[in-house]
Amino acid sequence: MTAVAELMDYAEVVERFDPVLGLEVHVELNTNTKMFCGCPTAFGAEPNTQVCPTCLGLPGSLPVVNRKAVESAIRIGLALNCEIAEWCRFARKNYFYPDMPKNFQTSQYDEPIAFNGHLDVVLDDGEVFRVGIERAHMEEDTGKSLHVGGSGGRIHGAEHSLLDYNRAGVPLIEIVTKPVEGAGERAPEVARAYVTALRDLLRALDVSDVRMDQGSLRCDANVSLKPKGTAEFGTRTETKNVNSLRSVERAVRYEMCRQAAVLTGGGSVVQETRHFDESTGSTAAGRRKETSEDYRYFPEPDLVPLAPSREWVKELSATLPELPWERRKRAQEEWGLSDAELRDLVNAGALELVAETVEAGASPDEARGWWVSYLAQQANARGVEIADLPITPKQVARVIALVAEGALTNKLARQVVDGVLAGEGEPDEVVAARGLRVVSDDSALLAAVDEALAAQPDVAEKIRGGKVQAAGAIVGAVMKATRGQADAKRVRELVIERCS
Amino acid sequence: MSSDLTRLTAAELAEKIHAREITSVEVTQAHLGRIEQVDGTVHAFLHVDTDGALEAARRVDEALAAGEPPASPLAGVPLALKDVFTTSDMPTTCGSKMLAGWIPPYDATVTRRLREAGIVILGKTNMDEFAMGSSTENSAYGPTRNPWDLDRIPGGSGGGSSASLAAFEAPLAIGTDTGGSIRQPGAVTGTVGVKPTYGGVSRYGLVAFSSSLDQGGPCARTVLDAALLHEVIGGHDPLDSTSIDAPVPPVVAAAREGASGDLTGVRVGVVREFSGEGYQPGVLAAFQRAVEQLGRLGAEVVEVSCPHFDYALPAYYLIAPSECSSNLARFDGMRYGLRSRENGHSAEEVMSLTREAGFGPEVKRRIMLGTYALSAGYYDAYYGQAQKVRTLIVRDFEAAFDRVDVLVAPTTPTTAFRIGERVDDPMAMYLADLCTIPANLAGNAALSVPCGLSEDDGLPVGLQVMAPAMEDHRMYRVAAAYQAARDDAEGGPLIHRVPDLEVTAR
Repeated sequence: MTAVAELMDYAEVVERFDPVLGLEVHVELNTNTKMFCGCPTAFGAEPNTQVCPTCLGLPGSLPVVNRKAVESAIRIGLALNCEIAEWCRFARKNYFYPDMPKNFQTSQYDEPIAFNGHLDVVLDDGEVFRVGIERAHMEEDTGKSLHVGGSGGRIHGAEHSLLDYNRAGVPLIEIVTKPVEGAGERAPEVARAYVTALRDLLRALDVSDVRMDQGSLRCDANVSLKPKGTAEFGTRTETKNVNSLRSVERAVRYEMCRQAAVLTGGGSVVQETRHFDESTGSTAAGRRKETSEDYRYFPEPDLVPLAPSREWVKELSATLPELPWERRKRAQEEWGLSDAELRDLVNAGALELVAETVEAGASPDEARGWWVSYLAQQANARGVEIADLPITPKQVARVIALVAEGALTNKLARQVVDGVLAGEGEPDEVVAARGLRVVSDDSALLAAVDEALAAQPDVAEKIRGGKVQAAGAIVGAVMKATRGQADAKRVRELVIERCS
Repeated sequence: MSSDLTRLTAAELAEKIHAREITSVEVTQAHLGRIEQVDGTVHAFLHVDTDGALEAARRVDEALAAGEPPASPLAGVPLALKDVFTTSDMPTTCGSKMLAGWIPPYDATVTRRLREAGIVILGKTNMDEFAMGSSTENSAYGPTRNPWDLDRIPGGSGGGSSASLAAFEAPLAIGTDTGGSIRQPGAVTGTVGVKPTYGGVSRYGLVAFSSSLDQGGPCARTVLDAALLHEVIGGHDPLDSTSIDAPVPPVVAAAREGASGDLTGVRVGVVREFSGEGYQPGVLAAFQRAVEQLGRLGAEVVEVSCPHFDYALPAYYLIAPSECSSNLARFDGMRYGLRSRENGHSAEEVMSLTREAGFGPEVKRRIMLGTYALSAGYYDAYYGQAQKVRTLIVRDFEAAFDRVDVLVAPTTPTTAFRIGERVDDPMAMYLADLCTIPANLAGNAALSVPCGLSEDDGLPVGLQVMAPAMEDHRMYRVAAAYQAARDDAEGGPLIHRVPDLEVTAR
């Protein structure tokens, strides 16, 4: 095994070098069928059950382009401010690998469907950084290899390999940035913010599940360094296996520190593919790219060129949804949020959830309060995305309404939410089943108050003597007696009433 | 009785079957019997599906007996299918060891349309491995022999299909034409072979050699039979993106019209570039007589020049190998077909060993040529340049078709050469497709119709007729008129002069 790489201190790295990034994001589209055949694309099916002659690359089979995938590609291009090609073609990328049924990938090469755009990325402090988009092109995914008997599922040392072609032919869009320069010390943050912004954009377009954990959004990070003040780019590495937003930032930062140490130690950066290790936060050398691989690209003769009509592009342009940054601006204005409040909301991934809760009748402040604090904590504790919590905005709105009616205290409300999250049903059902409703019947409360006053005559005397603050002890006793289901404010009123 | 049935044309057989004078089963049995008798000598077939053919024939007979109209004008007629189209009930080997015994899980669109038309598929015919060759000597399963002279090649790559027609083993066959693989075998066996307009017949299920050039088409002994078959297999297929979404050109009507013998008003262009050095004198003489015959039928004959046709062959030998190097990459032993059984190797090594063992020398030669032509640093000089030549050839055709309705040329510069004669000289072998390649590069329609025997060796010569894209009917009309006039003048179809084959058990 190679020795652990030496790393330069980050502050020194950014003092001496300018990083240049290139981010390649692969997005699996959420079309019902594959890129070039009618097979379904559902994730997680039995191996090799979603295949046909075309996606298995059987002799004689031919591809037919999925119109919906082209539509998604154009919409993505438009949302990324790209030009949409008036005429473009698919190309064959030739290389041998068992998980690729034809031993070539049908992709786009020098004629992408969308090119020359940009994405404005909001950094943590609200600053906007513009990332140039080189191109967005269509291609098909490969199958998956499962290496059995080796260590950690890697091919090295494996006894045999299994191939699953369910994923082969699933439509992918590859989005490639122009070289990202000038980010300086914020380069890792820019990388994360870019992938985050792209993910939100793709989600708003409803073109992909954008699940990094399931591989429907995959990011390769190209990193190179150039000494401050020089113009020429350094040798780059390409880091793969970056499976979360946080990993994007860590991988870029690690590569910067590693490359800086190599360069200042008199060595040179090797152009290679590296793999990011989530557990150690480091990258390790993979396939070397000394001679850039020759893919022998040529135009795909089995497909006719694509010439999306300008009318169609215009039509698609008109149907673009409100884009994330527009959506945020509108929410900020409508709900009167400060920049910090908006950022917390966005970071919690709860903007749409809040919007839906408001739509179901809750006040924006209440809705935001629930999602950003208690529910965000619950999601965190369970290790799931907040949107995947088993509670709907409508249910949250109902809980908020019950509090507003005075039927629940905040403490009880949290217990109701817990019940919903535990699968006990609708809020009202949880209230009924757990017996959580506030005791609002004054006669029942009065009985409890009288009992408490009788039990603590000295305190009762003090209250009668005008020491109103002493009422707390009685209220506490009543609350205890009613197991927290009384409205403390009302109890207090009743205590003072009784003693006056 | 049975030998008589094998001498009939497909149109005649269909008429008798549909009139219920004879049954499809009788016709099928007659051809299966003929195959039994002569195919041991000719070796046109790689696989004969006796049971499947008789079953299909029986179904046609039953439907007719039940009073149903025939499924198509050729319902009940037997056919020989080139072993490059997938068939879900028969092996599809492409003449390669790589696919020995491989039974595809699906039917090609052409196969499906044949079945739906009630055409009886007798079996799969021999071919040069993956359709690469001009002699059928590149088949991994041994050569096919030319019924006119058993020491000679039947052309290629579709030598099996054409030989089956010339040996009266089948009245109809299907071929594929990438650089002349339907027309050249047609020419050297005295049969009719048609390459429809590119996109006219679906390629779905046609195992690709060179995707931008491959085109399936009909083979028969008469122009009318070819036209009838063309209309069965032609037409748009949503499974093939390069298939043309337009009605099949009216080729049957054109063939019938042509048979009346009048070509008045038809302008015929003789391609100047296809003559001179390298052309067998007997071939040029037969071609000359054919051109004169067209003139006598009323056609206006002019000479036209297509200067870039001289570059067609080199351009073809860059484009076709380039595409084949990619198309044949999938044969790696991972999923189907041959797999190297040597133990202890990585997947990559198994792929390599499989390809080493499974492909013949000509296939390897072309894969290497194509891999080289597509490589970084060479692409522009080779593949890119060849595509430019292709554009120039398209323009030559356009300019020519501005002046004339059809172009004519010899189909091939020589008659059938001897088996083994050119196997060590790929360049000489490649010259067999000199006259047929331009139509593949441009994608327009072309056919070969028998035009007599060469004086120097007594072997068949082909007249090639070329038409603009989707104007296939023009060449059918001219070829049908010519065939009728020639048969009339010579006292019968040329094919009836094929020597009797010695009958041996298969």
